[in-house]
Amino acid sequence: MRGIALVPALNEEGTIATVIAELRAFDSELEILVIDDGSHDRTAEVAQRSGARVVRLPFNLGIGGAVQTGFRYAFENGFELAVRVDGDGQHDPSQLAAVVEPVVRGDTDIAVGSRYLGARGDGYRSSAMRRVGIRLLARVVSLLTRQRITDPTSGFQALNRKAIMLFAADYPHDYPEVEAIVLVERHRLRLVEVPIAMRPRTAGRSSIRTLSSVYYMVKVLVALFVGSFRRYSTPLEEK
Amino acid sequence: MTPLKVSIAASIASVILLLVVFELIRSRRLRERYALLWLLTGVVLLVLSAWRGGLNTIADWVGVETYPPAILFAVASLFILAVLLHYSTVISKLSDQNSILAQRLALLEERITGSG
Repeated sequence: MRGIALVPALNEEGTIATVIAELRAFDSELEILVIDDGSHDRTAEVAQRSGARVVRLPFNLGIGGAVQTGFRYAFENGFELAVRVDGDGQHDPSQLAAVVEPVVRGDTDIAVGSRYLGARGDGYRSSAMRRVGIRLLARVVSLLTRQRITDPTSGFQALNRKAIMLFAADYPHDYPEVEAIVLVERHRLRLVEVPIAMRPRTAGRSSIRTLSSVYYMVKVLVALFVGSFRRYSTPLEEK
Repeated sequence: MTPLKVSIAASIASVILLLVVFELIRSRRLRERYALLWLLTGVVLLVLSAWRGGLNTIADWVGVETYPPAILFAVASLFILAVLLHYSTVISKLSDQNSILAQRLALLEERITGSG
């Protein structure tokens, strides 16, 4: 199976080289595509020197637009498996095996690493506010998809060709993960969560800050509500 | 006191605004990001239209004694001002990005077709 790692990065010159090295260590066959979402530091240069393929966006598109660039690349170049790993080092590539496995086995179209599933999730620390927000979104998404979702904001994912095709064609804007889960369900693709542990970030800073997290919550809830009144063509077939 | 007819007419207008915005988002002609201010406008106007006691209280606060529905106009104008200002910033950002795109495209074209 031809696989590609999609690594969105915004000002991550401090961690990107390590992430690339760890991805290599996980699987040396994996093509690594770093999507530089308009960084002001040397992220693209460092990534290139570390041997990754780099797509530089001319300005910041936000995580949704950046990741979709990666899905389009994966789709156009015929990849059958894609993994998404954030450039900030919070996703530990050594845990990729658990996320990739159900997709390779053909049990699911998309597998999502969850911090809150199983005993391994206990170690992850985040602010109380963020926890409450994530739990609320988890409830809403679980209701909409009639499937138990514990970590709807996780970007640690593995996808097969079908899921790559869907996201290359249609992917939510801004912070996309929550809406994407519902999108996957509406298109009758299969999704499973897999327990993983995430590391605390070591450098750089989160793209979600306090004030924008209020905007984020409202926007996502509006998008989920309105989106549930949309009709979707199902399912996609490759031409 | 606000005339009942005014409250009803204003409520209907607010609901229509909310429905139009909803349909624009649903049919993907309006991104959620740019719809939030409109939704807030619709909700605030609906609350002020339907909750007549509240409108009168606010009119009292700001010294409008003769005709409380004037507050509806004032609030609506304020929100329209906010939406316009917001769009001005959006247009500015878009035109910045547009010139970056044009420059990148021209440089790429030179790299592909230019001599040397």
